[in-house]
Parts: sequence; C-alpha cells; structure tokens
Amino acid sequence: MRQRSLIAITAALAAGALTLTACGSRDEGNGGSDAGSGTTVVIGVDAPLTGDLSAMGLGIKNSADLAAKTANKEKYVDGITFKIEALDDQAQPSSGQQNAVTFVAKKDILGAVGPLNSSVAESMQKVFDDAKLVQVSPANTGPTLTQGADWQTKKVRPYKSYFRTATTDAIQGPFAAQYLYNDAKKKKVFVIDDKKTYGAGLAATFTTEFKKLGGEVVGTEHINPETKDFSAVATKVKNSGADVVYYGGEYPQSGPLTKQIKAAGAKVPVVGGDGMYDPEYINLGGSASTGDYATSVGAPVEELPSAKDFVADYKAAGYKEPYSAYGGYSYDSTWAIIEAVKKVVEDNDGKLPDDARAKITEAMQNVSFDGVTGKVAFDEYGDTTNKQLTVYQVEGGEWKAVKSGTYSG
Amino acid sequence: MNELPQQLVNGLLLGSMYGLVAIGYTMVYGIVQLINFAHGEIFMLGGFGAITVYLYVLPDGTTMWVALPLMLLGGIIVAVLAAVGAERLAYRPLRSAPRLAPLITAIGLSLALQQAVWAWYPEAKESINFPQIEGGPFEIGNVTIQTGDIFLLIAAPISMAVLAYFVMKTRTGRGMQATAQDPDTAKLMGINTDRIIVIAFALGAAFAAVGAVAYGLKYGQVQFRMGFILGLKAFTAAVLGGIGNIYGAMLGGVVLGLAEALSTAYIADIPGMAQFGSQSWADVWAFVLLILVLLFRPQGLLGERVADRA
Repeated sequence: MRQRSLIAITAALAAGALTLTACGSRDEGNGGSDAGSGTTVVIGVDAPLTGDLSAMGLGIKNSADLAAKTANKEKYVDGITFKIEALDDQAQPSSGQQNAVTFVAKKDILGAVGPLNSSVAESMQKVFDDAKLVQVSPANTGPTLTQGADWQTKKVRPYKSYFRTATTDAIQGPFAAQYLYNDAKKKKVFVIDDKKTYGAGLAATFTTEFKKLGGEVVGTEHINPETKDFSAVATKVKNSGADVVYYGGEYPQSGPLTKQIKAAGAKVPVVGGDGMYDPEYINLGGSASTGDYATSVGAPVEELPSAKDFVADYKAAGYKEPYSAYGGYSYDSTWAIIEAVKKVVEDNDGKLPDDARAKITEAMQNVSFDGVTGKVAFDEYGDTTNKQLTVYQVEGGEWKAVKSGTYSG
Repeated sequence: MNELPQQLVNGLLLGSMYGLVAIGYTMVYGIVQLINFAHGEIFMLGGFGAITVYLYVLPDGTTMWVALPLMLLGGIIVAVLAAVGAERLAYRPLRSAPRLAPLITAIGLSLALQQAVWAWYPEAKESINFPQIEGGPFEIGNVTIQTGDIFLLIAAPISMAVLAYFVMKTRTGRGMQATAQDPDTAKLMGINTDRIIVIAFALGAAFAAVGAVAYGLKYGQVQFRMGFILGLKAFTAAVLGGIGNIYGAMLGGVVLGLAEALSTAYIADIPGMAQFGSQSWADVWAFVLLILVLLFRPQGLLGERVADRA
C-alpha cells in the first residue's frame, strides 16, 4: 500500500507543479525611462515578457517605452515626466490580474497599456475599473471586452475604463472569410481553434461569415495549446478534403500545426488572425508556412507615412527585440494616455488634480490624434474608430501584405 | 479514405517517444522507489545537448548522416551527466529521509533546471530550430511516414533490445534486478548498490536523450519547457504499464499514444460525443484510460513485481 499512496501523492504534486510553472520568473527589469524634475507619471505596461508569446510582448513593452521617451524629449506635457513600469503576465489571466492589482496599488501609476491576450484582459478589467484607472490595450481583439457577452444581439459596454487601439474579431474573422471566399476562391474550410477567448472567438466569427458566403465547413477541431503533437489532427485535415485551414489561436501552436498538416500531405494554406502574424510563425513553421495567410489589424506599419518616424525612432533607440505585430498599436495606446494626461493637466492649471485617475479615464473618451497606425480615437464602447485590416501572406520567408481594406458588413 | 492505419502510426510514434522517456522513470522507481520528477528536464537537457553539438561544435552545414550520431552522443552525455549529478547532489543525501522529501527535491530540481536553461542558454528564450533530415516523406499504402520519424521507428525497438539484453544478460543488469527486489539482501550479497543506483539513473537519462533527439527530429524544435508535459505523460505511461517494469514502460507509452491519437480521430464520431472528441480532449481520454486500468489492475498492465513488494 505504501507505494500506491506514494503514487497518489505524486499525482497530486504533479498537478501542483502544473500550476506552479505558471508563475515562474517575472519582472524582467523595467524599461528605463528617464526620470527628470517635476511630476512623474508612471504608465504601467502588462504583456507576456517571457514564454512563447514574448516576441509580441517585448515589442509592446519597447514601443510603450519609446512613446514615453519621445514625450519626455519633446516636453509634450509641461512639467510631467513619463515613465514605464512593465510587468510580465506570461499570457496567464491569473498573473495579469495580480499585475493589475499591483498597478492599482501604486499611486503614481495613472494609466496602463496592455495586455496582449483577450483572456488576460478579462481578468484585469474589473480591477482597473474599480480604481478608475484607464487601460488601453494595443492588441485585444475579443469583442466581449468592449461590447459585453451578448455583443451579437445587444451591445453593452461593461467597463468605462477599458479602451483599445486594435480592432475586434467581430471584424477580423469575417474579413478573412471574405478574402478567402471571394479573392482566394476557397470553398471548403477546416476550422481549428485553441478554445481560448481569442482563438475560439475568432474561429466563430470566421465560420459564421464563411457559411453565409456559401462556403462549406468540412471539419472542426479544438487543440490543446500545451502539446506539440498535432499529427492526429493533421491526418483528419488531410482526409477531410478541405482546400484551406482556418486557425483561431496564436503562433506557438499554429507554427508546428502548419508544419504537421503539410507533412501529413494536405497541401492547403493555413490561415489565422493577428495572433499568427509574427515572424516567429515563419520560423516555427519553416518552409511549410509558405503560402499561409494571416489577417492583422490596421494597415502595414511600414507602409504608413505616419509610421516612418516610429520605425526610424525604434531602430535608433536600439531595442534588442523587434517591435513585432503590435508595436505601432502599443505606441499609440501609450500616446493616447499621454494625450489624456496632457488634457487633464491643462484643464487643471498645469498640474495633476487629486482625482487624476478618474479625470484621465474621462478624458480618454475624447482623445483624438494622428498616431502611428492612423487616426486614433474611440467610439462609445472604447473601441478604436479605425477599422482597417490587412491580409498578409508568407512569401520567401516573410509576411507580405496582399490586401488592405475595411470590413464592410 | 480510411485513416485508421495512419492514426495507428501517429499513435505508435507518439507512444514510442513516451515509452523512451518512461523507461527512466520506471527503472529509478524500480530500484529506489523514487519518482524522479526531474526526469522530464533530463530529457530536455538531452535535447539541448544534441542541439549544442550541432550549433556550436560541428562546422556549419555538416550532413545529418555525420551530425546525427554525434548529436545523439552529445545529448546522451549531457543527460547522463545531469542525471548522475542530480542523483549525487539531490537524491543520495536524502536516501534515508522520508519518501516525500526526495520527491519534493525532484520537483524543485525540475523547476531549477528549466529556469537554468532558460536563463543561460543563449537562444532558449524562444524555440530553437532542430536540424532536419533531408528527403521523404515515405508513403506506404495510404500511410505517410515523415523522415524525422524514421529515427524514432528504428531507435525505439533498438533501445528496448539493448536494455533487455543489459538487464537480463549482464552482471550489472542482474545486480540491478537483485537490488530492485531487495536492496539490503543485495548489499549483503556483495552488490555495490550505490553503483547500481547511479547506473539506473544514467541508463534512464540515456534513453531520455534518445527520446529528445527523436522529439527534435519529429517536431523540428526544442524549447526549455519541452520536458514538463512530456515528462508527465511519460510518468503516466510508466504507471499505466506498471511502474518498475521496463517492458511495461514501453507498452504503457504506446497505449497512451494510441489512446491520444484514436480519441482525437474517432470519439467525435460516436453519437452524442461530438463535443468531447477534439484533440483538446485527448489528455482527458488518456487519463480516463489510466484510471480504468488502475481500477482493475492497480499494479498497471505488466507490473507484477512491484505489487508483491507492496
């Protein structure tokens, strides 16, 4: 009996260890903005700085840092120095919530940028809202975050402190469906998702639109993002006769997935959303990723005239990591907070009022400026008014823009 | 088209990899009744040993026919050194302590090894691409076998044969069996049990390194967290097969792999089960199977010897 109880204890410990890994190292140093004289306003940044999604997360952190430094250099708000404090959420809702609590507790933090994942945002929204601390996400695309759980029938904004500069999956999924059906002439799709808020939501909005257009869904699958073996799924895709695979999820899974689908003998493109639009996807998928598509929010940063300065400044600042898919949005999110702070300070005779957090959150609703990604302004739900999207395709080991446009219902 | 043969091959390949790692769990458990939870990280270190040889030792563009045996060797050396070191520093001092103490050490060691690789290996913050064998894939009937999987198909049975020969025919192997049956009597009979324990750790690590190279070739990448989930699966395979029994480890691995592949492929076709059939449910079905086996055969599929020790 001793041995069987040992195995039982071991199994319990294993389960404990599973949760433990979710909270390994955090706080990989803060982006060091220069603190000068006068009042310092700290902007919290929450993103996955370690782990599989760190390529995107570090791009967000660096770009936010760049925005703060630029504002300081230009003395954009008189008497105010901006500083970034970045925390790592490891793409885990529980870590995100802890970080939100940390930000709220620090009185000099007057706004937060992030997170990357919609599922993480869900866990943070109430914490920020209770403290009236404004949050601007550069990357969340889940529609429920701004329009409530019943957004398809009745839109209700759940939290007044939440804003985002990325457009939603309510637009992104259908945009991909229209491109695949009308432009790429794909009629039979196999839909896979990772069951997370972002992935499942994207797959659902895509499926609805694809069916409406007349396309056929020949199979669906949900994968477990913790595993690397998708061979059983790849075999199903091959035998389904699909001419395209739509994946709702992120690149750490879709990279290996495309590789295994192509290796199984299904020579069809894999298509995903902005969670897949990252150079690391091509690195993971190797040559198998050639011809795959991804949609992403906005127009390509490199092609926008407004983004030229950002790209040049980012390079000049010498960050180790690339700005990644959300760099431009992160810069704009940070800048939106800076604009709101500026408005509040100017309305209060050049200094911060006592209820600065609430005032800044209020001011955010009317912020409007020309940002890196185009016009930045928010509608009555806190969503960006910029509904531009782009389809990218992997060609010669790089993402190439193939079509930009706005989704028309 | 009938996909059953392909799904069986998918499951067999996945299961062989679980089996290779499970051998390490089962041997160490058979001899010292310790569940070496750091074994998944030993597996991961095997993968990093192999990639280090490729990236930093061999000249660029070395053909895989030359590189692969050297990478395998490098992986085995790193894994064995790590396992022997762990035994020496983390487990031996606790050998007379209550059972729970070395178990907790093992979990701590597992996290420490993961974080150490993450912190110090130059490229480990993201997945590292593992070199691939050119050519293929091979079609046999309507079954496709990837070039990278050929290594696993060959390595798994050879590893088993070598292990069986070692344990059954050599003096050291018989010493291992004796120690597993009764360490105190074995010691009285003049068997150096400390040495036997070290050998069990080393052998298990060597097989884990073979499994890690197979992992790299199969999935095209290694990452510092690769050992965690796979280690848990391999541990499950060892329990399923009957922990302490080396054939059981391989059998348990294959059964687990087949359960994952077949549940992904077919559960959804059963009426009323559509929502429980996707790949995200594969682990659930694998554990349902484990619970069923343990209910009816608490010692696992082949685990008789362990049962009579309890």
